[in-house]
Amino acid sequence: MIEVKNLIKSFEDGDTITQVLKGIDFRAETGEFIAIMGRSGAGKSTLLYQMSLLDEPTSGEVIIDGKDTSLLSIEEKTKFRLRELGYVFQDYALLPELSALENVALPLLMQDISEAEAYQKAREHLAKVGLEKRLNNLPSKLSGGEQQRVSIARAIAHDPKILFADEPTANLDNESSRMIMEIFKGLHKEGQTIVMVTHEPEYSKIAERVIRLDDGRIVSIEKN
Amino acid sequence: MFSALNIRIGFYLAKRQIKRSNPWTTTLIIFVMFFTFINLVVVSGILVGLIQGAVDAVKLHYMSDVVVSTLPDKSYIENSPEVVSIIKSLPEVEAMTARYVQGGKIEANYKTKIKDTDKSDIANGSITGIDPEDEDKVTNLSKFLIEGKYLEHGDYDQVILGAYLLKKYMPVDSPGFTTLSNVSVGSKIRITVGNITREVTVKGIVKAKVDEVSMRVYMPDDQIRSLIGRNDYNVSEIAIKLKKGVSPEYVRDIIKSNGVDKVGKVQTFTEGKPKFITDMQNTFALLGNILSSIGLVVASITIFIVIFINAITRRKFIGILKGIGINEQAIEISYILQSFFYALCGSVIGIIVLYAFLQPAIAAHPIDFPFSDGILVAPVSGTIFRVGLLMFTTIVAGFIPARLVVRKNTLDSILGRK
Repeated sequence: MIEVKNLIKSFEDGDTITQVLKGIDFRAETGEFIAIMGRSGAGKSTLLYQMSLLDEPTSGEVIIDGKDTSLLSIEEKTKFRLRELGYVFQDYALLPELSALENVALPLLMQDISEAEAYQKAREHLAKVGLEKRLNNLPSKLSGGEQQRVSIARAIAHDPKILFADEPTANLDNESSRMIMEIFKGLHKEGQTIVMVTHEPEYSKIAERVIRLDDGRIVSIEKN
Repeated sequence: MFSALNIRIGFYLAKRQIKRSNPWTTTLIIFVMFFTFINLVVVSGILVGLIQGAVDAVKLHYMSDVVVSTLPDKSYIENSPEVVSIIKSLPEVEAMTARYVQGGKIEANYKTKIKDTDKSDIANGSITGIDPEDEDKVTNLSKFLIEGKYLEHGDYDQVILGAYLLKKYMPVDSPGFTTLSNVSVGSKIRITVGNITREVTVKGIVKAKVDEVSMRVYMPDDQIRSLIGRNDYNVSEIAIKLKKGVSPEYVRDIIKSNGVDKVGKVQTFTEGKPKFITDMQNTFALLGNILSSIGLVVASITIFIVIFINAITRRKFIGILKGIGINEQAIEISYILQSFFYALCGSVIGIIVLYAFLQPAIAAHPIDFPFSDGILVAPVSGTIFRVGLLMFTTIVAGFIPARLVVRKNTLDSILGRK
């Protein structure tokens, strides 16, 4: 379960202070699939970064499974991200010098899992996203859709409590986008909590609830 | 910081980054590290070797392993025949040469002087009486002949001149130092020791990169004895060459224990070598260290720039690593290990080139410096120390830029902000 309480995020640029999030409150239950929508500059990605502990909110709280994450040190947040959270970035964010298998295995190795076990888990998750035959390819040898599937495999390999996805289909063609959404659907069916930012109404329909943002505020929360 | 897990992940990342980096870039960095190593070890090694070459030359061609010289208040070694027989009886001694050394004047071109008021062509030098065979066994004097022939027993009124006494080999004319003009093999010259002057013929000319050899006039010992009226056979110095592997200190002590130290100063080469040589050795070692330090600074700046550019261009990926939960220290270790790898490769190649090629090549063909045959001095202990220093500097130079980049805000790094 993830709970966001009165979340505010401001950016300073000299004397100018821009408030991007203006007091966000909502709660997602375990196993729920939330889509965050809104036009450009509405604060969707910023909200996702605060919730996923990649950024520090100016004020407010992000509580994950009862734990107030604002109380965690930087190192504890890193550990928390490693063990409890998964990320799928818009531009895949794969490490170019690691193969698909190594990209997926790396966070597992950081959890002090043996190399053999980490590679086995990575293989299983790459097979789950249909990439069992591209294990040793470097990202540069994979298509955009394949890279995004590797990114998903990396995000879920350690069974995270919450999977965050920031416009995962933004750089993909329709066919690849549909394939990615099918994977998300499958994960959700398996009970994975997912928070996804998207600007595609079609893909927001697979979520259970859609949170609409405008000018840093929630304007609606709709059930699908 | 250096937990086993962080090292493991750091190694995992470093290995793959090196393996999959541009091979030309890797080669270039290793090349730079190789030259840094060479700069560290070889430049100082040549500087020290330049002096070491001079030191070795003094030892090989003048002083040898142990030398007996006059006591400060004496002009010769008393009871020299007895001292010589003691030395000759030692099984550790391979050869020895006893020398009569007297300061004197050498005059040339006196026959072409028209008036008594014309300036004489005179040089000052040490007149040295030797047993030609003994001297050659100890110092290989005959090998330094550049003109004429070497002395033989029975040579009468014939001398070998040191090249630095001649203008054509030492074209220097400074106050207090004069050289002889128009002298070559067969020329007649006059030698004056005390009040006695004798005309002799130049049989040969020797030139070595040791002043004590090149500024002397050599004549057979029986000739100098008659010239200076020395009938007691007391000599001025005895140079002793030892068999291979024999400790000079051991032989010195044996000679001393036979009472020789009562009549002469018994010293090993190390003890007896001129102080200016020791001073020059220290000076050049210091210069070498200064140059090495500059080399080290250059190396650290190089690796700093390389790692900094590498880290800056990979800032986004460093952000991603942190984003997916990779510990900052593991990322820093990966950069430290990369620096270590570059320094290690450069050093290993440097060590191979140094000991397999450079040192043997320079030993076989010493560098022809004006005052010495320069060799490359690179003792293993010194090389290990410098490699360690290079590694340490490189690791620090790799760590600092990595830390600067790793400490940046994770999201800023991922999004490429600021």
